[in-house]
Amino acid sequence: MPTTEKSHTIKPTGSCCGNAAPSPAEACGCSGPTNKGPAPVIRQTTSEITAKNRWDHILARWGVNRMGHIVTPGLYRLGNPDKDSPVFASANYTLSFDALRSALAGRDAWILVIDTKGINVWCAAGKGTFGTGELIRRIAVTRLAEIVAHRKIILPQLGAPGVCAHDVARYSGFSVEYGPVRAADLPAYLATHAATAEMRTVRFNLRDRLVLTPMELVHFGLYGIIAAIVLYFLAGPVAALAAICAVLTGTVLFPALLPVLPSRDFSLKGFVLGAIVAIPFAVVFAGSPGLSGLGRVIAAFVPFLTIPPVVAYLGLNFTGSTTFTSRTGVKKEIFRYVPAMVVLAGLGTILGIALGVLRLAGVA
Amino acid sequence: MADCYAENTLQYFPEKCINCRRCTQVCPHRVFAEGDKRADLVNPRACMECGACAKNCPAGAIEVESGVGCAWAMISAALRGKDMDSGECTCGGPDGSCCGGEAKEEEPCSCGGK
Repeated sequence: MPTTEKSHTIKPTGSCCGNAAPSPAEACGCSGPTNKGPAPVIRQTTSEITAKNRWDHILARWGVNRMGHIVTPGLYRLGNPDKDSPVFASANYTLSFDALRSALAGRDAWILVIDTKGINVWCAAGKGTFGTGELIRRIAVTRLAEIVAHRKIILPQLGAPGVCAHDVARYSGFSVEYGPVRAADLPAYLATHAATAEMRTVRFNLRDRLVLTPMELVHFGLYGIIAAIVLYFLAGPVAALAAICAVLTGTVLFPALLPVLPSRDFSLKGFVLGAIVAIPFAVVFAGSPGLSGLGRVIAAFVPFLTIPPVVAYLGLNFTGSTTFTSRTGVKKEIFRYVPAMVVLAGLGTILGIALGVLRLAGVA
Repeated sequence: MADCYAENTLQYFPEKCINCRRCTQVCPHRVFAEGDKRADLVNPRACMECGACAKNCPAGAIEVESGVGCAWAMISAALRGKDMDSGECTCGGPDGSCCGGEAKEEEPCSCGGK
């Protein structure tokens, strides 16, 4: 009986601390300003991005020690902030934190780093780790209310999917101001505390897409190399090259060319790009010496059947890295195109094997 | 041309809007615009269902089934026999990936970006 159970869980303690209450009640400020204990540590930081920071950013982009790009959560002093200095929130991911502190060069401010498990602001907001509960908790444990006289905290706009601003205000007393999407726009934003439409909009330009390609390559490169080795022994160097090209096309060329490829559907974009990349391989295979007429026709078909679905699949997997795909749309894509990818790739593989058999039998 | 993204789950109930303008501040795709008496839903097709507007609307005037549009996460959930709509980004975890978190069964994911 749900009603009895509900009253039972709420009554005994009268507060949220002992309960498995859902957020925001979970983040009730039980450990608020009245909570006495050892004074929380306030760390010092600067706006300087050192060579070591830059190296860390490169490693992060290549997925090296993926979860190791972490900043200790807590309150940071940037410059010489006082009780009236602004407070900015950030994720405990080095790329996020470094983007914020470097954008605030020459200013005195407080930076509240919340624990997002080493994940960037937007992804963490999507998961809820950059969230209402953690923000309220972090405001409480750092005793921010005793450190600053005002009651305003500036959040990155992309933290909004995880944060309910009015609940933060209700439970922590701090009102939330959403700053611009990009930390780099902060100096302009802070001049008026009003963001332009441009500042409020996510971009996904060529540079934004290219910085993501190393990660795509790291994820799928190994499969490409394995496929290339297998194909090298079964079908020769050109087939091995085709496997490498398919993976490079799907992981690097696809993101680079994303906006110019036709259709809004990533899978269709991938099929088109894959078909274009398949052309030279089809030409080479069709001209293979030692193949009969039938063998050449089959050989020309194989790249058209195998490369497009591989590129389409890799392209579809890029959806999560983009800034605009909805879950509804991606799900629709999966149901609409993945079966076709499987059928085409399966057909291509069968034809390829058939060609090998025919050749061994001396027919093709 | 086929377009899987033509429809989404965003719903706006303008009669509930109190014109606080939060939605226009949090939407990264200019789906809402400031109006005189209430927010205007100007570009619903651009919605990526991040859920920021609904979460920050104090009047409950916006509803959306928010989630992450990540094929990788959904396909790996489906392959493990889990619900594609569990809403969990499977990224992260100590074994190396992007979205981290405390979940135990993780697959690396390419959630990159800012």
